[in-house]
Amino acid sequence: MSKTKDSLKINDVSKDTEKLASVDPEDLMPLPGEFEEGPWGEIPAETREKYACILDDTCILPIPLPKTKAEEDDLVRKFLSGMEKLFSKENNWTFEPMLETSMEHCAKCNTCAEACHLYEASGRHDMYRPLYRSEIFRRIYKKYIKKESLSDWRNGPIDLNWRTVARLGELAYRCNICRRCAQTCPIGVDNALIAREIRKIFSQEMGIATPELHDKGSMLQLKVGSSTSMNGLVAKDNVQFIDEEFSEETGYEFSTPWDVEGADILLIHNAGEILAWPENIAAFSIIFQAAGLSYTLSSDLAAYDSINYGVFYDDVQFARTAILQAQAAKKLGVKKIILGECGHAHKALTVIADRVLPPGLQIPRESYLPTLRDIVLKDKIKLDPTRNNFPVTLHDPCNLTRLMGIIKPQRDIIKKICPQFREMHPHGPFNYCCGGGSGYAIMSRNTIPEWRAKISGRKKLEQICNAFSECRGPEEKYVAAPCSNCKGQLRDMFERYGLLEKEGLKYGGLVELVVNAMVDVKPGFISWEEE
Amino acid sequence: MSIFVYLTIYASLIIFFVTVMYKITDYLKKPLHVRWELYPVAHEGKKTSYGGGYLEETDWWDKPRPKSRLGELKVMIPEILFLKAVWENNRKLWYASFPFHFGLYLCTMFMALLGFASIGMLLGLSKGSLILSVVFAITNLCGPAGFILSIAGAAGLFYKRLTDPTLKDYSTFEHFFNLGLFIVTMTFALLTWLLVDPNFNVSRQFATNLISFNLVPIGSSLLSIQMVLIAILLAYIPLTHMSHFFMKYFLYHDIRWGDAPNIDSPSTNAKIGIVLNYPVTWAAPHIAGHGKSTWAEVATFNPTADAEEKKE
Repeated sequence: MSKTKDSLKINDVSKDTEKLASVDPEDLMPLPGEFEEGPWGEIPAETREKYACILDDTCILPIPLPKTKAEEDDLVRKFLSGMEKLFSKENNWTFEPMLETSMEHCAKCNTCAEACHLYEASGRHDMYRPLYRSEIFRRIYKKYIKKESLSDWRNGPIDLNWRTVARLGELAYRCNICRRCAQTCPIGVDNALIAREIRKIFSQEMGIATPELHDKGSMLQLKVGSSTSMNGLVAKDNVQFIDEEFSEETGYEFSTPWDVEGADILLIHNAGEILAWPENIAAFSIIFQAAGLSYTLSSDLAAYDSINYGVFYDDVQFARTAILQAQAAKKLGVKKIILGECGHAHKALTVIADRVLPPGLQIPRESYLPTLRDIVLKDKIKLDPTRNNFPVTLHDPCNLTRLMGIIKPQRDIIKKICPQFREMHPHGPFNYCCGGGSGYAIMSRNTIPEWRAKISGRKKLEQICNAFSECRGPEEKYVAAPCSNCKGQLRDMFERYGLLEKEGLKYGGLVELVVNAMVDVKPGFISWEEE
Repeated sequence: MSIFVYLTIYASLIIFFVTVMYKITDYLKKPLHVRWELYPVAHEGKKTSYGGGYLEETDWWDKPRPKSRLGELKVMIPEILFLKAVWENNRKLWYASFPFHFGLYLCTMFMALLGFASIGMLLGLSKGSLILSVVFAITNLCGPAGFILSIAGAAGLFYKRLTDPTLKDYSTFEHFFNLGLFIVTMTFALLTWLLVDPNFNVSRQFATNLISFNLVPIGSSLLSIQMVLIAILLAYIPLTHMSHFFMKYFLYHDIRWGDAPNIDSPSTNAKIGIVLNYPVTWAAPHIAGHGKSTWAEVATFNPTADAEEKKE
């Protein structure tokens, strides 16, 4: 029998039950309007036979189901071995100080819970308390790694068996790592970081990671250059095709420069845009060309795809990717790297890589937003805001806002070109995650899409509906989401609930709005026609 | 008995300061970590008001990045004094947590004033002097208010941890022991004030004796018990999660607000050189088994490269 929303105890995690918990669709946070939610779908039998799907109604981390006692013990042993390394300065110099302080100073006051969109969306299910996962991890650490005397009395008891490990691994994937919880902690404890560090044990020690982030993500990027499977040549070809198509469509002749040595700027897009949202690539190229910027794209390994999925689960993969991207910039001799509309890529290369890149590879890195703000506000391109005279709201990607403090440039731009702009509430550094954060936007196995809609994306959907509360219905509306990952999440949610038809809701980037307002471009760059 | 009380206090002060210094130096000795800041960052000047930072600027590395210490104080003072984050995010808990913490601040001030007056008198200040009269008056306010508030707050937290379903499962024996220790200690302090020492003259004399190593008999068993309990509390606090009272500085200034970029800084580069040469022993196949042993080697190795490339 799985636990309901307010009957789950910490030590239930170790119990021999088919699954730990289940969120009753009836308990989900209500949405403004009619959004029908059916029962959870079934995880396919072959998945259940192969992997330890014992947490809830979803199975994200493919932990091989142990078949023998020896395999069960091995899972626990490897986990503890990884945990020990996580608290060593050599193996985890990157995050150990932050992790250890979060282990030692939590007052267990649960203030973090109300800040968590997953907790709220689930109808306040105990499993989604940020502290639930952290407390299991903390008790294991104190008892088995730190070996504190009287640990059960001091920190609370924990029964460590293979189920505890498997469920903890899966629990690490019930968090968007948006760090809203950390923002509200009076002490500064970071439960989102703990989720990320648990993911690291599984990836870096046990060799267990989600296929989307690892095999088809960071490993593919290291192998062919991009998680999209495109190598440099294919990416160039596709972008050339985009140039031709959109030159014709917009009436604005442009071409995207590649591998230009000595250019001022190396622009790195999320390569997923090339395939899923080519208008975003085109918009950047049109704007940069119109503004007369000296820039280039690079076809070097990993340098035409800004993604760095290591940020979500693996420090080694993170470092490898960041170094490849910096090496490409160095080779071209650019003055700086500018990151396109991809939130986690911003955070990865601009902030986290700051203390990873060795001297010689520390090419300055910045967001595209300040440059775009300068172009728009200094009238470097001619804009007609009346072309954007439809209701527009702005989604704040967590990585850009809460984690990098880039708040105002996008607002300066959007307020200048969108007469009907309105904010979501809360916004800026206090925003809510789209629900696709930390990798889920590219995951569609078993019931993951359902989870993304029912739980992780629910709060954002509520915010979007509320932002347009006075113009609900099929009237055309636009959600500007300047992040590839966030767009992926919005795309899937909008499709699931038929929001283009019912609510006239279209999502897209910020650069598309700029090009839509460009006088030199044919009207109608943004269209509500179904693709 | 009195000697035991004095020695207990001395021992607890030593344990307190050694533990605090150990924890601080242990943190400071840690190697360079990556940046993991969280906005709003309090020292970003005008940008802090909306949660922005220097990364909003083009070519930010060429521009000045003034750090507003005033901005940090504007956040830290209401946070420390009034537990602003708890007020905003967990109001029900604040009603117990605030009196507890504020009561402890008053108790700390009370002890500091006892010490100040004792040193003053040892240096020849008269009890009737203006400065000591003011100090005595503030002491008389801080003490009882601190005892009462901390008892009420600790009792409130004890009750909440016992009954609130959101706290119950996360509360361990240690939580109750800690709160119980505060309640007992502060109750003895309150009783001493009520029954033995209404103007804190006995306490002040004890403090004077303590400072001057004049280990004369204490004269009040209630005060003796109070002092032993305070000694235990003082030595115990930094050994527990309550060490957040000083470690919070690093959680805020070094982690949450640690946004200092590396613009070819020789000292940061030297630290990067050290950490990149640390050994890596992670066991997953994409890390181990390629003959790479340091972070620098592992991070510049591509595990997907073909056999020929691997040989290179």
